Amino acid sequence: MRTTSFTIVLLLAAVASLHAAGAASPYEAAAWPISANAVDREVEKSLKGAGLALRAPTSDAVFIRRVYLDALGAMPAAAETKAFLADPDPGKRAALVAKLLEREEFVDYLSLKWGDLLRIKSEFPSNLWPNAVQAYNRWIRDAIASNKPYDRFVAELLTSSGSNFRDPPVNFFRAIPGRDPASIAGAVSLAFLGARYDAWPKEIRQSMAAFFSRVAYKKTLEWKEEIVYPDPRPLDATGGDVRLTLPDGTAAIVPDGTDPRKIFAAWLTGPGKTMLARAFVNRAWYWLMGTGIVEPADDIRPGNPPASPGTLNLLADEFIASGFNVKKLYALILTSRTYQQSSLPAPGEGATPAPAGFARYAIRRLDAEVIIDALCRIGGSGERYSSPIPEPFTYIPPAQRTIALADGSITSPFLVKFGRPARDTGLESERNNHPTAEQVLYLLNSTDVKKRIDASPLLSAAYNMPTAKRDDQIKAIYLELLSRPPTAAETAKAREYFATPGLASRQAAADLAWALVNGKEFLYRH
Amino acid sequence: MNNKVMRYFIAAVAALCALAPVAGAAESKPYAKSVIQIWMWGGPSHLDTFDPKPAAGRDYTGPYDSPISTNVPGVFVGQKLPLLAAMADKYAIIRSMTHGSNAHETAAYMMQTGHEPGVGLVYPSLGAIVSYFKGAKAGYAGKIPPYVVLTESQGRFSEEGFLGPLYKPFITGGDPAKKVFAVDGIVSEGLTDARQKERRALLDSLDTLGATTPGIPDFALAERYEGEAYEMILGPTKQVFDLSSEPDQVRERYGRTTFGQSCLMARRLVEQGVPYITINYKGWDTHKDHFGAMDKMLPELDKGLSALLADLEAKGLLDTTIVWWGGEFGRTPKVSWEAPWNGGRSHFGAAFSVLLAGGGFKGGVVVGATDARGETVAERPVYPRDLLGTILERMGIDPDGTIPTPQGLDMAIMPSSGAAPGSGRLTEIE
Repeated sequence: MRTTSFTIVLLLAAVASLHAAGAASPYEAAAWPISANAVDREVEKSLKGAGLALRAPTSDAVFIRRVYLDALGAMPAAAETKAFLADPDPGKRAALVAKLLEREEFVDYLSLKWGDLLRIKSEFPSNLWPNAVQAYNRWIRDAIASNKPYDRFVAELLTSSGSNFRDPPVNFFRAIPGRDPASIAGAVSLAFLGARYDAWPKEIRQSMAAFFSRVAYKKTLEWKEEIVYPDPRPLDATGGDVRLTLPDGTAAIVPDGTDPRKIFAAWLTGPGKTMLARAFVNRAWYWLMGTGIVEPADDIRPGNPPASPGTLNLLADEFIASGFNVKKLYALILTSRTYQQSSLPAPGEGATPAPAGFARYAIRRLDAEVIIDALCRIGGSGERYSSPIPEPFTYIPPAQRTIALADGSITSPFLVKFGRPARDTGLESERNNHPTAEQVLYLLNSTDVKKRIDASPLLSAAYNMPTAKRDDQIKAIYLELLSRPPTAAETAKAREYFATPGLASRQAAADLAWALVNGKEFLYRH
Repeated sequence: MNNKVMRYFIAAVAALCALAPVAGAAESKPYAKSVIQIWMWGGPSHLDTFDPKPAAGRDYTGPYDSPISTNVPGVFVGQKLPLLAAMADKYAIIRSMTHGSNAHETAAYMMQTGHEPGVGLVYPSLGAIVSYFKGAKAGYAGKIPPYVVLTESQGRFSEEGFLGPLYKPFITGGDPAKKVFAVDGIVSEGLTDARQKERRALLDSLDTLGATTPGIPDFALAERYEGEAYEMILGPTKQVFDLSSEPDQVRERYGRTTFGQSCLMARRLVEQGVPYITINYKGWDTHKDHFGAMDKMLPELDKGLSALLADLEAKGLLDTTIVWWGGEFGRTPKVSWEAPWNGGRSHFGAAFSVLLAGGGFKGGVVVGATDARGETVAERPVYPRDLLGTILERMGIDPDGTIPTPQGLDMAIMPSSGAAPGSGRLTEIE
């Protein structure tokens, strides 16, 4: 059994390498349609040092799928793919990037990532409660949609005071499991400096905690309303100015009567802005490329050097120079050759598990939310969510996409099974995108997936095509599910399956869709 | 003497004692092999189940003012539980559970992890801890995952906690009371084995991306799981979930309800050696018209749980299977008669009951007591970590041992006495 599948893999690998050498691969383009940008020059410098180079360019088909998944958390519809593939404009990749960054799903998907980082959920352990979750989520969505400068976004989160319903950024201080100064400082360090609190020297830890030691909370008569405010008691019991150490080792004076959070935020968006920028660009790079320049992307510290220091510096400098413009940063990365290179190993490279130093786009499984949204699109019906929140007012419309869910407490068995983060810690590693046995079983054989595919309104026209149009039928299913036409070899194999004795054409077509949904190309960014 | 030294000292004394002949023979009891946790989702009323207070008056008892005697002299239980009353010698009632929290999420966390919330870490549930110690690492080779939840996730916190996704429960989905118990992915309706095989061949032949990118670790994993999945889909494992192979009279005895058939399913999973099974039993958060709901639900509970205990015993499995019954808290002893509650009971974490049966625990014992109205613990408070530590010990897992965080720190399985209240393990029933 094992030997057989191993042989098949070898055989297929041999076939594939023939393809790469001769016939056109569905995954790669013959020549670069874009020129190298500043990012590429830095990445190539680092690669050269390691005796490596960027891989071949992706095909247009792989590019459109990849950039949709990374920027929008959604797959392109067949019509969008067809239009893009047919577009003769040589600048169409950059134009697509610019267009995607203005779409609603970009806001959804980035809000989802911030929801994870800031642990936004009604219930345990954040206990934000539904009203505050919605207010906080809307505030974040507005910031992303209006492309609020990132430094201002952070400063507002760190210095706001007021009601959790009416001053949404104050929820930053409520969504922390543990409201003691050290816990707050730990959350600030992780979210905005990309650094683990424990990794700082003791003096900086104590100072960071002191900056947040005057955050106070009080209830109101409104159910679950809470006011976050700065306790006016001086940091030093004897009164007077207090000297604290900032994360870069410089000293800060907190004058008596000043909210110490403001001193910290002023440093972070002023003299400390390089640290702020480096942490965010590294995170954005991790989100788009699958590996941080510093890895793990939220473990920046002296003992954990960046894989390409030049790239990190360049991105941070550009980010600061642009006025902390997040969309510009995304566009810079997404229009680089580094981002648009192939995910396949170079011919003769053999089995290379990890792309060293960004000499390949990293193949990785889609997020739980993205997979269920894709399955819902195929099945024409929404996910059935459940909520443990003991209040009756939360209503999630069936058509609500999962990437747009505000509340981490609203869940479904699918999301749990596919590794959606629990929003306990704010660590990037909390999201688990590795396959498990249960996921595989579920996709292969659950009634839910079977129903969505068999009764798919999206694919029904393709399912019902006549025998005479077999090739068109196969192509339509491929374009919708994998965003590319099938290769000649794939068409031949699919035709063979349609010829299975006793199998109705419609059922064979649904089986083909099932096989593609269960394939790696559907489930992984590549 | 610091803690560590103290522990060595105790260990040394224990070792010496072990050399001497053991009087109670308690030490030679085999460890329990499985746990069935019946999670009373929402919090069941202690007064209406295992801690009746007939003398407290109608504002406390509601219509349930005539508790019934059990087969253990002097022990009474709620009047809606006659089948369980007839077998009180099989279980211990702990009437003095307490943690003081009336919030579902916090109470559920404490009752399933033993820890107080708010220390920045989310601890794993008891099931995940057992799965960690009794799963693959300990040589568990069953085809069914070591931690199974019937049939829905409780959803209040992630059961695996910081132990990570390997220790997540397998959540079956489906409904065992339906004609086909469609366990997610294992039991599929309407596909013959021949079709399954043809579809698999198609899937493998079209794996163009996988074939062009050898050496991706996640791809290798996915392929391994695909092989295992088809062993399950085509092999005998799915028969474990096929309740139609049980005699009708057995199925009737458990009750043809989701809860009853889940209990039967749990027994079948124990027979397969699954170390931890949770039945998430919904519907106990009865703020309004509490007694109307209880009239319906208590007989269902009585039937399912009594059948489970009797069946486990008949199969010789009760001595090695712990059955743990309880929710996140009890319900307010004093009934809210006014609108909009119309005879409701609210959350009550100050005092409530849990049951422990099987697994070598003594039956027919009542631990602790509440006051005359069931509102405070009158004697022998039992805190979450006492209860959970006792269950772990019976499984042969040292509650004072450690489990690792993803950062590689070793954390105490159960909180130390400084970190959460406790009054000691339940030696009364060991």
